[in-house]
Formats: sequence, C-alpha cells, structure tokens
Amino acid sequence: MQPAELETTVRTLPDGTVIELRGDIDGAARETLVAAYDSSTSTGSLLLDFEHVAYINSTGIALIVDLLARARADERSVAARGLSDHYREIFQITRIADFMTLLADDSGPRTSERGEAR
Amino acid sequence: MTVFEPTIRRIVRRRARLLSGGVSRSLPPTPTPRSKVAGGAPPIKIAPHDPIIAHCQDAVGAIELEHLNLDSPALAEMRTSGVTLVVPLVTNGELIGMLSVGRRLSDQDYSADDRRVLESLAAHAAPAVRVGQLIREQRAEIRARGVLEQELAVARLIQQNFLPKQLPELAGWQIAAYYRPAHAVGGDFYDFIELPRGRIGLVIGDVTDKGIPAAMVMAATRSVLRASAQRLLDPGAVLAAVNDNLCPDIPEHMFVTCFYGILEPANGHLRYANAGHNLPLMRSGAKRSELRATGMPLGLMPGTDYEERDATLDLRSRVLFYSDGLIEAHGSRNEMFGTRRAFEVLARALDAQPLIDELLHALDAFTGDESEQEDDITLVVVQRSAATHAAAVLADFAVASAPGNERDATRRVAQALASCDLPAGGLERLKTATGEATMNAMEHGNDYDPGLDVRIVVAASASEVTVRITDHGGDREIAAVHTPDIAAKLDGRQSPRGWGLFLIERMVDAVRHESDATHHTVELEMHLEGGEHATGGT
Repeated sequence: MQPAELETTVRTLPDGTVIELRGDIDGAARETLVAAYDSSTSTGSLLLDFEHVAYINSTGIALIVDLLARARADERSVAARGLSDHYREIFQITRIADFMTLLADDSGPRTSERGEAR
Repeated sequence: MTVFEPTIRRIVRRRARLLSGGVSRSLPPTPTPRSKVAGGAPPIKIAPHDPIIAHCQDAVGAIELEHLNLDSPALAEMRTSGVTLVVPLVTNGELIGMLSVGRRLSDQDYSADDRRVLESLAAHAAPAVRVGQLIREQRAEIRARGVLEQELAVARLIQQNFLPKQLPELAGWQIAAYYRPAHAVGGDFYDFIELPRGRIGLVIGDVTDKGIPAAMVMAATRSVLRASAQRLLDPGAVLAAVNDNLCPDIPEHMFVTCFYGILEPANGHLRYANAGHNLPLMRSGAKRSELRATGMPLGLMPGTDYEERDATLDLRSRVLFYSDGLIEAHGSRNEMFGTRRAFEVLARALDAQPLIDELLHALDAFTGDESEQEDDITLVVVQRSAATHAAAVLADFAVASAPGNERDATRRVAQALASCDLPAGGLERLKTATGEATMNAMEHGNDYDPGLDVRIVVAASASEVTVRITDHGGDREIAAVHTPDIAAKLDGRQSPRGWGLFLIERMVDAVRHESDATHHTVELEMHLEGGEHATGGT
C-alpha cells in the first residue's frame, strides 16, 4: 500500500458543509485538512466523509481532534460518515465519537453542485 | 439311529409344533437327516418336510412303521431298509433324532417289554446324542472360523507387505505413519514415492470391501500408481491413469478412494488430486483447512478427469492424511469422531509421531476400551519441523528510518500474517499497532537517521502472533502510557497529539518492552482464533 496524499472536496449545503476526504490522514495531511476547514462556511454543521480514506495514523487522529476543537470553538456540530469498522472502533476507543456523531455509511449528503476540489 | 442335523433340530421343537401344528412347512431345504438300521443298512435321507418328522413329534413312545399311513418317502425307504420300529429321541422338548430298529432276529413282534426297553434306551440316549451334536457343531464352527482367520491372516500379510517399510527422511520435515487393521482387514493403504528433483509423492487410499479381495486390489492400485507416478508429472494425470488401468479388471461393486499429492520439500508446495478420499486436514498455526479437490473414486468409470489443486505448507503447517476408520469411529452415544476432534488434536504443538499417538489416544478415549475397531485406521502426518516450535518466524526484515516507511512495514507484516487465523478486525488492529510502533522506533529510537534501520520480526505459534520492532534507542527512556484526555485536548489544555502509545496498547492483547545498551524492542502480541487464549476456542 503506497501512501496517498490527502485531497479534499468541500461542498456547501444549505444547512452546513461536507468535506469529502480522499487519501491518507497522517502528518502530511495537516495543511490540506486545515485549508479544507478554513474554506468551509463558518456556520452550520460539518460532515466529514471518510469513505475514501484507507489510512489514519496517530498524527492523523491528532489532526482530526484539532479540527474538531476548531469546530467546537465555532459552535458547529460535527458528524462523520464512511468510516471503516476499524477506524470507527478507533474513534470510539479515543472517545472522538463522544464529540462527533458517527453516521451509518449511507447517511448524509454526498454530492453538491457547489463542491470545490483541493 | 437317525440324528437330525443342527438346522432341522433347531426348528423341530415340540413346543413349536404344539403351537403351530405345522412346523414341517417351515423346514429349510438343506438338512439331510441320516438313518441307519442295525446291521449296517445304508443311511436314510429324510427331507425337511417329510411327514414322518411331524408324526415323530406328535408320537409318544415307540412307533410301529407297519401301521403308519403317511405319504412319506422316508417312511417308504425305512420300510425298504427293514426298519419296523422307531422311537423319537427327544431332549429338552426337542426332537433330535430317531432310534430305528429292524425286525427281531426271532422274527416275532416287539413285546411291550421290548418297547419299554427301547423307550428307556431312547430317553437315556437322547441327551448323550445331543452332547455329541453340540461337540460336532462346535468343531465345525472352529473349522469354519479357522478358515476365515487364515484368510484374514493372508489379507493382513498382503496389506502389510505393500505398506512402506521406511518413511522418507526430509530435512526440515517430519513424517509419521500408522496403520491398524480392523479384525476383518479393510483395504487401507498409504505410500511415499520418491520422484525426480527431490519431490515426494504422497498417497493414501482405501479399497471398498475387506479381506483378501480388498488386499489384492490395494496391491494392484499401489503398483499401477507407483508406475504412473514415475512417468506422469501431474497428480491428476496419475490418478486418471490408475483409474483407466483399474476399470477393466476391478471386481464389480469395488472401487478405490485415493488422494495423491506431490510435495516439494524445498518450498512446501503441494500439488494434489483426490479420487474421492477423505479430505486431508491441514493446520497452519491456528488456521484450519481441508485439502479439497474433486474426482470420482478409482475403478468406477474410465476416462474420468481429476481436479488438481495447490497448497503451501508453511513453517507452521501440518497435514493429516487419514482413512475413514478415524473419523467414522463411533462413540458411546453413537456419534462419530469427526474432523472437529481431529483438528483439535492437530492444534497441539507436538512432533509428528507423538501427534499420531495423541490422535490414537483421543480416538480410544472416544470409542471406549471395550469397543471393537470398526474399520482399518490409517494415519499419516506430514509437517514442517518448525510446526512444533513455540513460535515460527514468518518474516524478518528491516526498514530505513524515513517518514512513511511505517506503511511499508505494515504491508509486509500483513503479508506475513495472511495465513494466520487472526480474530475479526485483528489484522487491521495489528497493522495500526505495528505502524505506530514503527513510527516511534524511527522517530524516537533512531531520530529519523536514514542510516539506522528498524528491524521487524513477525512470528507465530499455535496460539498467538508477535511482531517485534527493534530500533537503536537502547538508552532512551520508555514513556509511560496515559489515556489521553480528549476533553482537555478539545479545550486546548492539552496538545491534540499523544495518541501513539495509547493506540498501540489498545490495539493488541499485550505489549512488552526490552532494552539493552544499544537497542530497544517493543513486542506486540495478538491471540489467534482457536488458540489457547481464544474464548470458546477449539
């Protein structure tokens, strides 16, 4: 398995933002993830779509926690979908799941005409 | 005196006569009672349905033939032979013969006293005659059994003569075999065939039927198979050739099940085909499998094709080849030994021969000491020598200390563990733990110095797998593992980082650290499904 640099697509919906994640979430994903959050609207709920994420390491966990902290500071609710069973388990072990709603795979909006790839 | 043969004697009981009134109808056609009159007259054959028998059963005391009016060939023959009087020989209510006498020498009729003497003689003679009959029956039975035993001895001789006298000796491998015939000697056989380039042909088979016919077919099958194995490369082709050879000559209703595999000891590759024999059981660590391949038994239909399949016997692998005498043996509640129990024994870390001993012990305990062995039992164990070690090394490699190389490490660890029976989600958890530990080793142990590598050793035993990750930070202090406080991290009171050691601890069943002056090793352990740690394991 070769490392896959993270790419994101930010889609703005009437009631919030969807950030579609594609690739690995590790230390190299910091700037991409921060930029994705920065480009989202500053209000409304935030949905992180992990369907195309195959690898998250502890540094990636830290980046997600950092993003979650920013969303909480902005008083935005955060949800996640598309997590594999393994990373769903990790989100529960780390208690990230206590602060982020884990949706079933077929939940939440997936597409928008207003998306912007990064 | 006429003495009835055993069969007729068993049937002609006075009690039965009284109840049914017609036992002569049920007499079998074979008995041939013989009669001799005094003076050496020829024996008289009495047919089973002859009315004289029924009459004798009904009669009390001596019977004068002159006054008898029966449509009886025996009666006519007795009269012709000069018999004038018969006295039924009865003991325990059972008609066992007749005392027959001719005319008196004085040519006078028998008096009442004479009759009483004859009846007394018959009453005394009957038990003695019965004893004689029993002795004769027993002798006949012993003779018949002797013939049968002799045949079985011949069958055993043929069988054992065609079993291998020696087992192959292969470096890094253990092979053990066992054959125990049932009393009636079935047609089990096994063989090892030396093939070019160090390969070994493994054969196990079973001929339907028992005794000498099965032994003869077994011997023929073995010979044809040996010859075919030397000229044909593929196991399926070998079985097809044997099948075509057997079909014209094999006795009706007989056939042969046979597994044939070609083992390459150098790399553990086994290519095999199966003509309907019991599927060999393979255990590799805690992982179980059966060596499946489809094919009709030999001798049933000419022109049959045999599917070929491949298996690899890795360092932890062992295979049990067996006959149905093992798995179809019945326990006290009529249940069969089955493959589940065999697999359980295969999990034990034993050398090949002790493993067979353990299988037999388990089988005997299952069937009970008193039970007679139902069928031949043949067991062949082929295993890598390392299979009995506490743990076999599956991979041993190093990665340079460079960011991202933990991905390569996890990929190679996952490859090494591909055949292990990890619990659900276990491989992903072990990959995460390995990745985190490798990152720690590269970053904290080796300071990401590209000249310092991280060594990774993957090993497995029957009950667990371990991944040992060694760096050059022998002098560094091992950080204590704390459960991260996510609320504090979200509030900014703690750094969002600090998840690595926590994840490692939570992903595996045990984490151990070792250090010396120059190296530090973290060992990750995960229990296997079916291993001794597993809940409700096999």
